[in-house]
Amino acid sequence: MSENVFITEERIEGDDDGPLAGRTVAVKDNISTAGVRTTCGSRMLEEYVPPYDATVVSRLKDAGATIVGKTNMDEFGMGSTTETSSFGPTDNPAAPGRVPGGSSGGSAAAVAAGEADLALGSDTGGSIRCPAAFCGVVGIKPTYGLVSRYGLVAYGNSLEQIGPFANSVEDAAQLLDVIAGDDEHDATTREPPRGSDGRTGDARETREPQLENGASYADAATGDVDGLQIGVPTELLEGADEGVVETFWDAIADLEDRGAEYHEVSLPSVEHAVEAYYVIAMSEASSNLARFDGVRYGHDADAEGNWNETFAQAREEGFGDEVKRRILLGTYALSAGYHDKYYKKAQDARAWVKQDFDEALEEADVLASPTMPVPPFERGKSLEDPLQMYLADANTVPVNLADLPAISVPAGETDGLPVGLQLVGPAFGEERLIRAASALE
Amino acid sequence: MSDDAVSAEEVRHVAELARVGLTDEEVDQFTRQFADVLEYFETLDEVPEVEREADLTNVMRPDEERDSLDREEALRNAPETEDGYFKGPNVS
Repeated sequence: MSENVFITEERIEGDDDGPLAGRTVAVKDNISTAGVRTTCGSRMLEEYVPPYDATVVSRLKDAGATIVGKTNMDEFGMGSTTETSSFGPTDNPAAPGRVPGGSSGGSAAAVAAGEADLALGSDTGGSIRCPAAFCGVVGIKPTYGLVSRYGLVAYGNSLEQIGPFANSVEDAAQLLDVIAGDDEHDATTREPPRGSDGRTGDARETREPQLENGASYADAATGDVDGLQIGVPTELLEGADEGVVETFWDAIADLEDRGAEYHEVSLPSVEHAVEAYYVIAMSEASSNLARFDGVRYGHDADAEGNWNETFAQAREEGFGDEVKRRILLGTYALSAGYHDKYYKKAQDARAWVKQDFDEALEEADVLASPTMPVPPFERGKSLEDPLQMYLADANTVPVNLADLPAISVPAGETDGLPVGLQLVGPAFGEERLIRAASALE
Repeated sequence: MSDDAVSAEEVRHVAELARVGLTDEEVDQFTRQFADVLEYFETLDEVPEVEREADLTNVMRPDEERDSLDREEALRNAPETEDGYFKGPNVS
């Protein structure tokens, strides 16, 4: 495999029939597969074999899918290039020599290279949408709570969702149909609300599984955007690459030709989204990754000394630089004297971002922006300056802070490099995003 | 670089709290990088206080007995076990 898409290539056969019978699916290597190692792209978990399946994996098997392997990723989901993997980088099948994006780079590359029909990734701050954009495929980050996280190795658990990749919006929607819905093993999940395309209904009163405007998410891929109101947040175009912006406006013009209308909107809070996101994600990471001590599972340092020294050595050897950076910065942000300055302010910013999106979505059906402000980076150039890397997530992280759904759909190319268009909708408004995105195919 | 940019000593202290061993080169590198990142985080000072509406409902279930992983499965990934228990390093 020239692209280094998979960390482990092993087939897991599903049931004989079901909606995904005959379809192959690649699964990101932070999603637990019983009996098949799950490394999170880390030396820490190089030999870890989960004793149980993630809920999404059980659902894939029940739906008749064949899992073809566990895909490469930035270590523990921390990165935008798949270069922080301890199993080596993945090449971009749509732009050789460039990164596939991250952190779910292997999953996006698997679909782009035809190694699998479909793939699952996880998105904490853009980790599905970024690689979808960079590899020229479709990726969906569902509303927080639509898809079970049971069996997903946690990084930033208040932010992340598992979601699908595919070569078409309809195929991605079909995979979402299979994995969505509540799960007794994840108390943050619920069935999508009924009755409003996500527009108005009070979701908490009903737990009916059916969607009103279609029997399934896949049925929503009609390409009908007649009368659709698109809001374009001006802040998400500022500073973006010229070719990316041009490709974006061409796509908006296509949607206009099909009966959609656009207007510009302002989301002042997103100017603080990146720093709020990183404070929250790193804080959660420092807590979640405290479990890796080499005692119950994970890298065994074979160290001498007391437990503090032994744990510190196992974690020194088992974690790569980016993971150490985020654990340390998260520990710092939560430590005495700094909690109010960083963590509390980041939670204020998160609430502000939510308010801004809610208000903008009162005047628009969907919000549109380039998924990534830049085309795929050249490989090997991006790890020197972490802050510059973090800033590239400016358009994707606000959506996780607001718990909203988003889709990245190919919008065209600039200088032969893929450009993705991101559509953001109201909570549980996946149908609307699928309908709108399918108009661009 | 702002006045309270992080020092090498602080990086070592945080690494100790987080139980992550660092080489001297890593301490140097992280001290430089953390100064940049923390300076950037300073802009959170400009965020107004926002009223946070908690739109949450508790999810409850009856406390019923159910099967869990059996001991052998639970221990299978442990580097060291003894008499059906995880074996950890000495406490002191």
